[in-house]
Amino acid sequence: MLHTVNKSPFEKNSLETCLRLIDDNSAILLIEDGVYGALKNTSISETVIDAQKITKIYVLGPDLKARGLDKSSLISNIEVIDYKGFVNLTVENEKIQNWL
Amino acid sequence: MEEELESGVVKKFLYINRRAPHGTVYAHEALEVVLIGAAFEQDVSLAFIDDGVFQLKKDQDTSEINTKNFSKIFAALEMYDVEKLYVERESLESRGLKEDDLSVDVKVIDSSEMKKLITDSEVIFNF
Amino acid sequence: MIFGILVNEGPYQHQASDSAYLFAKAAIEEGHTIFRVFFYHDGVNNGTRLATPPQDDRHIPNRWSELANEHNIDLVLCVAAAQRRGMVDPDEMKRNKKDADNIAEKFRISGLGQLIEAGVQAERLITFGD
Repeated sequence: MLHTVNKSPFEKNSLETCLRLIDDNSAILLIEDGVYGALKNTSISETVIDAQKITKIYVLGPDLKARGLDKSSLISNIEVIDYKGFVNLTVENEKIQNWL
Repeated sequence: MEEELESGVVKKFLYINRRAPHGTVYAHEALEVVLIGAAFEQDVSLAFIDDGVFQLKKDQDTSEINTKNFSKIFAALEMYDVEKLYVERESLESRGLKEDDLSVDVKVIDSSEMKKLITDSEVIFNF
Repeated sequence: MIFGILVNEGPYQHQASDSAYLFAKAAIEEGHTIFRVFFYHDGVNNGTRLATPPQDDRHIPNRWSELANEHNIDLVLCVAAAQRRGMVDPDEMKRNKKDADNIAEKFRISGLGQLIEAGVQAERLITFGD
């Protein structure tokens, strides 16, 4: 299952809830303000790194770039993808859950 | 006005409610989708997570804010054959609520069961 | 693959409509089909033809109309949400005795059943909202 999160984890609990209710073999894509959840050295970085043990995490590049960030700002092993990659994730995963 | 589907396809629909009821319109308009959707004879479940559990708090009275008290609709869902209401225990407890505080019969489940409910669904609506 | 898209926020206020548009465009470029884009909540405001954004900004409603024109996408505004928010097509104008309509090209107004149908018919349903 593909889970998308579009909220900053510093404002809303969408990422926290997603991580609590995510199944093994899932993928998470951070979009819009959700991309802030991928930053390293934050108060939630450890939680995200922990989640990487069971879940592959992606970030939408255009949203990252728009916010003045790039791969060097991110926790390692988080993959930056474009909209084409976003579409491909929705094809590869049979179901989609959007944590708003 | 609403046409029934002729395909005969039945999918597992899950409505995930994570919003408190009156500060924004999402909870109310989500319920309108559930009511319309009931006519399509799909396999429907409702999940209440995070602030969504506040939608089910009993004794809601909107008379003094002059908005529609849609919380009463939950009690009528049974007539629409919408009978599977699930509340996540962690969300309920962290908000100081007990099952007795809720306006309708629900099944309180823990996070691992909620995880399974989400995974087993085919079409998930979030509003 | 057949996609259904749900847009729950209005134009300009929230990134949801932009994200939905860019997703739809990328999906089409990858050879997929958009069965329907359903606009709900304030999302119905994406269907106004009266928007006049500054010249150097994107025109969100027109962009949806153009995409729908080129790729035959069904753009549906929820009737209940549209009526509450003053989105009116010629039929609604007559029915509710309004003095104007304001719906943009290629958008139509219909019931929530269209959203349920998108959930049943599409192989993937994706939501963009707040």
